[in-house]
Amino acid sequence: MADKPPESTSQRAIEPGREYVRIENVSKRFGDFVAVDNVSLTILKGEIFCLLGGSGCGKTTLLRMLAGFETPTSGRIYIDGQDMSDTPPYARPVNMMFQSYALFPHMTVAKNVAFGLEQERLSRPEIERRVTEMLEIVRLGELAQRKPHQLSGGQRQRVALARALVKRPKLLLLDEPLGALDKKLREHTQFELINLQERLGVTFIVVTHDQEEAMTLASRIGVMDRGEIVQVGTPTDIYEYPTSKFVADFIGSVNMFEGQLVEDEPDHVRIRCPELANTVYVDHGISSAPGATVWVAIRPEKIELSRQRPPATENVQQGVVKEIAYMGDLSVYLVKLDNDRIVRVTLPNVERHADDRISWDETVWLSWHPTSPVVLAQ
Amino acid sequence: MPGQLTPGRLGPLLSLLYRYGPPRWSHYVKTHWSGQRLVMAIPYLWLLLFFAVPFLIVLKISFSEVRLAMPPYAPLWQWAEEAHRLVVSFNFSNYLFLLTDALYVSTFLYSVKVAAIATLFCLLLGYPMAYAIARATPTLRNLYLMLIILPFWTSFLLRVYAWVGLLKADGVINNLLMGTGLLDAPLTLLYTDFAVYIGIVYSYLPFMILPLYANLEKHDPQLLEAAADLGAHPLTSFLRITWPLSRPGVIAGSLLVFIPAVGEFVIPSLLGRSDQLMIGRVLSDEFFANRDWPVASAVAIAMLLLLLVPIVLFQRFQSREIGGRQ
Repeated sequence: MADKPPESTSQRAIEPGREYVRIENVSKRFGDFVAVDNVSLTILKGEIFCLLGGSGCGKTTLLRMLAGFETPTSGRIYIDGQDMSDTPPYARPVNMMFQSYALFPHMTVAKNVAFGLEQERLSRPEIERRVTEMLEIVRLGELAQRKPHQLSGGQRQRVALARALVKRPKLLLLDEPLGALDKKLREHTQFELINLQERLGVTFIVVTHDQEEAMTLASRIGVMDRGEIVQVGTPTDIYEYPTSKFVADFIGSVNMFEGQLVEDEPDHVRIRCPELANTVYVDHGISSAPGATVWVAIRPEKIELSRQRPPATENVQQGVVKEIAYMGDLSVYLVKLDNDRIVRVTLPNVERHADDRISWDETVWLSWHPTSPVVLAQ
Repeated sequence: MPGQLTPGRLGPLLSLLYRYGPPRWSHYVKTHWSGQRLVMAIPYLWLLLFFAVPFLIVLKISFSEVRLAMPPYAPLWQWAEEAHRLVVSFNFSNYLFLLTDALYVSTFLYSVKVAAIATLFCLLLGYPMAYAIARATPTLRNLYLMLIILPFWTSFLLRVYAWVGLLKADGVINNLLMGTGLLDAPLTLLYTDFAVYIGIVYSYLPFMILPLYANLEKHDPQLLEAAADLGAHPLTSFLRITWPLSRPGVIAGSLLVFIPAVGEFVIPSLLGRSDQLMIGRVLSDEFFANRDWPVASAVAIAMLLLLLVPIVLFQRFQSREIGGRQ
């Protein structure tokens, strides 16, 4: 709904790949429960596409349909232009990394990795060569003869990755690939995954509930809610230009105010929110009828705090600091308005000395730039 | 006053009490009689009373000589009054007899053969059943397990007798086959090896299914999905993933069938051939018909050794298996 500036500021340039996976009106029902509801999606060759959503939103079901473990109730899936409806999992040009890793417990690391190649009936030396090569890539060469239960979580994750990648798939499906790793390892592995993906030119489809993971990994994100794709876009699009209350709220944190549209011009809108003393001025027009109910979403880091009242008459609001949470790199301020509404503001801790910082119970002014609010109709 | 407890007499006692505190039985019991030891003692005591002692008695009898008396064997040791010494007469002839008499060797081999073939059939029948139960929905799974255990609620003897009624010349099966015109003359089903196999497979199938089920039920279904994802055909997945992972269950189930089947007495007596006996029958005949307790005891000991070897192998395999897991 919010007009997007023409040049989208994406984090990483997506190479203009051709369409590789097409999902056409796919639905999946389990009895009365609709797990995936009429999803259509196009995934380009060589991109990292993240399916992001809460638990039970249908993202894993969609992934399992791509792998062939579930058949769509209706709709079609094309991979590389071929209809996959009647193709069993073992005949698909797709490999999957399972959330539980699903390593074969009775086989060594090398045997696990070789399993997929043995199914292709390659020659012994060829299999050995490719297994060694792949284990070198994921830096597991010296652990080749270990059994899965003798490995750490991070090592198991790399075995699972090697086992899937050794088949040189064009499309790799990853189900919560970093879910079982601790935070430090997760950050490290994220960048490793991206490196590997760029090196091997594989298309990744990643399912995750972790928005940070989606933000760093993905070239594009598809946000899912109750079986539907609610928004598809680059991480920046999703964060800065959400198209619905759900997406704005799900990704990051946001202050949401309900209001009425009082003025709608091509170059600006004014919104009156009952919870705010002054009108909200937004510097771009939206196409909606005056008087319509809309929601104004403002990210915490886009609000400024000051002791003096800013000169503007709009986009300002007075409040009292009720809570400060020091997070190291930034601090979260919870500011209470006169009507008891709490507004969340984050400020970076640029300086080490905290003498001059705004403190508890101070009366402060909140203000924001006219470009900052996102106006949402749904 | 005499007999009165004066502080003077109590002095040493009180000073001990003062120094060490009141005696605490609970503390003593806790440190020396841990509950773990008590619990462990019960099965050991049970094994000692009902396994080790009878075993030693049988072992003792197996080394003595047969005698027409009560008890029907010569004592192993005797106090010779006139010579003033202990006369010990060890007798290995019973064991030699077992080895030299063709009857015993062939009975042993026959018993092992019957038990092995029956075990194989139990496995072939039981594996798919256990697999199906393990993959069924939880409600159905409970129902199936109930059905597997249900026959135990009827007497074992009765169930084997029921097979006589089914298999005999004018039994249910033959009447059915002849009634529908498929056969002119009745099939000889009863008193054959076939009948013995049916009896053993029928009776021991649950002992194969239950350990197999316990094993298969723990398999992570995602392993098969992973195998399929890597390009493995369902049959390959079974041979390379499910089968090797279920080996402990296969071994447990097979031993639970094989060991009692070797010594089976009731089934071959009721359903089996009269010209080829199984070891359980020979044992019983030696005891009760021949009243040759020493030879019967030797048969029992030999059979025990025959069965002990697989048990020990199994135990070692189990402990290695457990040691290999986390």
